[in-house]
Amino acid sequence: MLRASLRQVSAALKEGQVTPTELCQRCLSLIKSTKLLNAYITVAEETALKQAEESEKRYRRGQPLGILDGIPIAVKDNFNTAGIETTCASNMLKGYIPPYNATVVQKLQDQGAVLLGKTNLDEFAMGSGSTDGVFGPVRNPWSYSRQYKEKSVPKSDSEREEFKWVITGGSSGGSAAAVSSFTCFAALGSDTGGSTRNPAAHCGVVGLKPTYGLISRHGLIPLVNSMDVPGILTRCVDDAAVVLGSLAGHDPKDSTTIQDVFQPFELPSLPDVSKLCIGIPKEYNAPGLSSEILSVWSKAADLFKNAGAKVIEVSLPHTRYSIVCYHVLCTAEVASNMARFDGLEYGHRSDVNKSTESMYAATRREGFNDVVRGRILSGNYFLLKQNYENYFVKAQKVRRLIANDFVKVFGSGVDILLTPTTLKDAVPYMEFIKEDNRTRSTQDDILTQAANMAGLPAINVPTALSERGLPVGLQFIGRSFQEKQLLTVAKWFEKQVKFPMIQLEEVKGA
Amino acid sequence: RLASPRPPPAITAPSGGAETRVVGLEIHAQISSNSKLFSGSQVQFAAPPNSLVSFFDASLPGTLPVLNRRCVEAAVMTGLALNCSINKKSLFDRKHYFYADLPAGYQITQQRVPIAVNGSLSYSLCIDNKMSQMVTKTVRIKQIQLEQDSGKSLHDDSRSQTLVDLNRAGVGLMEVVMEPDMCCGEEAAAAVRELQLILQTLGSSQAIMAEGQLRVDANVSVHHPGEPYGVRTEVKNINSIRFLAKAIDYEIQRQIEELENGGTILNETRAFDSKLGCTVPMRDKEGMQDYRFMPEPNLPPLILYDTKSLPANVNHQQVVNIDWIHERLPDLPSAKRAKLVELYGILPEHSFTLVNEDGLTEFFENVLKQTQMKPKKVIGWILNDLLSYLKQHSCTVKESPVSSVLLADLLNLLEKKEISASAAKQVFEELWKGEGKTPLEIVKEKQLQLIEDREELEQICQAVIDEHEKEVMAIKAGNQKIVNKLIGLVQRATQGRSNPVLVKQILEKKLSE
Repeated sequence: MLRASLRQVSAALKEGQVTPTELCQRCLSLIKSTKLLNAYITVAEETALKQAEESEKRYRRGQPLGILDGIPIAVKDNFNTAGIETTCASNMLKGYIPPYNATVVQKLQDQGAVLLGKTNLDEFAMGSGSTDGVFGPVRNPWSYSRQYKEKSVPKSDSEREEFKWVITGGSSGGSAAAVSSFTCFAALGSDTGGSTRNPAAHCGVVGLKPTYGLISRHGLIPLVNSMDVPGILTRCVDDAAVVLGSLAGHDPKDSTTIQDVFQPFELPSLPDVSKLCIGIPKEYNAPGLSSEILSVWSKAADLFKNAGAKVIEVSLPHTRYSIVCYHVLCTAEVASNMARFDGLEYGHRSDVNKSTESMYAATRREGFNDVVRGRILSGNYFLLKQNYENYFVKAQKVRRLIANDFVKVFGSGVDILLTPTTLKDAVPYMEFIKEDNRTRSTQDDILTQAANMAGLPAINVPTALSERGLPVGLQFIGRSFQEKQLLTVAKWFEKQVKFPMIQLEEVKGA
Repeated sequence: RLASPRPPPAITAPSGGAETRVVGLEIHAQISSNSKLFSGSQVQFAAPPNSLVSFFDASLPGTLPVLNRRCVEAAVMTGLALNCSINKKSLFDRKHYFYADLPAGYQITQQRVPIAVNGSLSYSLCIDNKMSQMVTKTVRIKQIQLEQDSGKSLHDDSRSQTLVDLNRAGVGLMEVVMEPDMCCGEEAAAAVRELQLILQTLGSSQAIMAEGQLRVDANVSVHHPGEPYGVRTEVKNINSIRFLAKAIDYEIQRQIEELENGGTILNETRAFDSKLGCTVPMRDKEGMQDYRFMPEPNLPPLILYDTKSLPANVNHQQVVNIDWIHERLPDLPSAKRAKLVELYGILPEHSFTLVNEDGLTEFFENVLKQTQMKPKKVIGWILNDLLSYLKQHSCTVKESPVSSVLLADLLNLLEKKEISASAAKQVFEELWKGEGKTPLEIVKEKQLQLIEDREELEQICQAVIDEHEKEVMAIKAGNQKIVNKLIGLVQRATQGRSNPVLVKQILEKKLSE
């Protein structure tokens, strides 16, 4: 039952094959038995069961609120949830209980979804591994899959299993792991430079980054206000469309959401791609791209060709500048967004009280990890009066060039771009932590980052297993606000590749 | 775009010295609105601490700013009233600094492109402190920008702590920047007073300095004529228009003396100490602050329309139309004054006082409606009698114990010659006590009515003539002016109850016999 898709289980609820309470209890039980994954920071058991109970009453009356009624979901811990601790995996917000729900959380609640808990992430969503939060790293459920175990060759007898577990990718690793390990049917992540698509690729789930301005950011604790979007993680493309339908639309509380009325859509059951033009950006054959993924990408292009679609090579010439441009703009916004954490109104407050300034300094040193502090310092440097033109303004100009690359390509008849999502499959944690966060982010964000610069919708679709038995995904990038077309193509592709279900074995240490 | 020409060097102020004085002003006016600039919490003076704070005002993570339409309209109104160009596209920025009363660690303001630019404000001054000669001056308005107000910090030094009240955090402000076209405290005070009247007329701000709704910082420098501008200081902590003039004049004098003694002026911020009447350096603003300005990413550019550019199928709730606002601007103080002068034939300086005093114009016009006395005569009673009593007792026009009805009654008695002018003054004094008596009642009570009986008058006049032989002889010798003395004596004898014109008639008749 837990392996079913969201739509399937929703139908089962409607038919009474399972009750919301049973469903909720099973998910909670699975969360407990997969605790080692460390996907959840907070499990809201009591409130979840209450919500399930309410849902059950509605089903009994024959009045469910909709397709999401009674469906267990998880939410990344950088979304505000009223009455439920929201930490951003940081000491700064440990114990912080928000008095309001993020708009997307409220929408899910209004649809009757059951909130199981808050998922783990890199501190303040800064990172590409979900390893740099104060609650420890998230383990990729595929580390405990038969597929991975069969393929993994122990390097030595003394090597413990402990050392072989792989990362989820990040920063929405907890959400990706939660969906991948069947503890919930959908999860919310956030995506600023790839934070939903990257872990989706590594965990073998669908990760959707919607167009900037389609879904409200009110209540999402920001990383980069001009690039953040709430992300959707599900086990199949149809499920992502359902969740998108319940979340998208103008929010008066978020002035960056578009005013147009959003029409939820259902995807065709037999999508047709023969009339489409698929673009393959040559710059996405980036340095470090594994030959494995290159081959998967190439096979995918062939699939489209054989189905009658036009597949052409295109160029997005400014791709190679996107990382450094992102670094300047991201750190600048981070420096600004983190200025509010001073210990006065909420969150951690240092005991140092010689003066206000010393309290601020100690609070921020104690509350933030190295990654956050590093970005704040960089960001403040770029925003100094003498540097502003050369860094911030320059980066904004380059951003415009990157966005224009896409405009040109989409304007020349290309409907969808097909690219890899990550450079390679998930690496073991012990290997990942050998490089610092900044280096890792620079490497890992390269294929996902430009879509955030340009505000475009993009989706990771799990495609195949690597030689190590780990998921490899491919990314589709679409035109602004053309989620329907994007998801239609993604659904077609999903049907073609028939990505295998994870054979999850017992999740336990050696 | 050409900058408007720099006005000629200012006239040197009475304190002497050959230096050119340069005074500019940065004025923060709190917008009169129900809710704050970017959030829905209420705007209210003197509410219990931290009772008007929304999640956004407290900078709770994840909250976003939503622009208040009323604040935009207030800024457009003000810009139009100050002859500014309204920028159809303006932008919001973040200005970063750490302070306890700034929860987000930054203020949202308009640094790059403000909502209005390049305006002007005309104001009038009396020369030589007499209301007899007024001169009109103009100060250029550099810009008007929308920005957030901060909260309030109260320093409790005895407990080494600071108490923070966020009620004011996020309230909408219009920052009005006046170019350094002024040359002394008096000019600055007059300019600010006129701005205050304009804002109050528009309703865009109540502009009461005592309640912090209007805050003025002055930029002051001096230099020798023909030489480049001197280093300027910023003077803050000025709580009234009177103190504004004092602070500026003190600072000008301080700078002149400092330079004359061979010292230098530091580019610093100074606070005005109203008790000591001087400016002192402010501790916290040491060093140059880099505010690390950055565009506010959560607010798209503010687009305003006029009738020409208004898109056809737009929701009128969502747009601000500059022309629509322009059409509905009320009469500004200068227009009101001109109208009063034209309608009633009063002097310009009279119109200034009328418009300057809250409710006085209305009072004046209400009296006019109920009396036949000419406006030129009524105005004297309003400005000399009513206003001086009000000032003496620190009353506002609204609090006046003498209503327009009562004053009109009184003036009617005077106009119908039932009492003399001096008697009327006595009645006024009685009315002021506010015991509820009508003028007629007071006149009867104190027996102030003019003597109607000609015979009685003639008798009194005769008595005065008889008692003042010397004066009579002087008159008969040709000195007509002495008649006035006799009239005065008759007035005294009748306790002000004689009609001076009639008395003069009778006296002259008798003297010529």
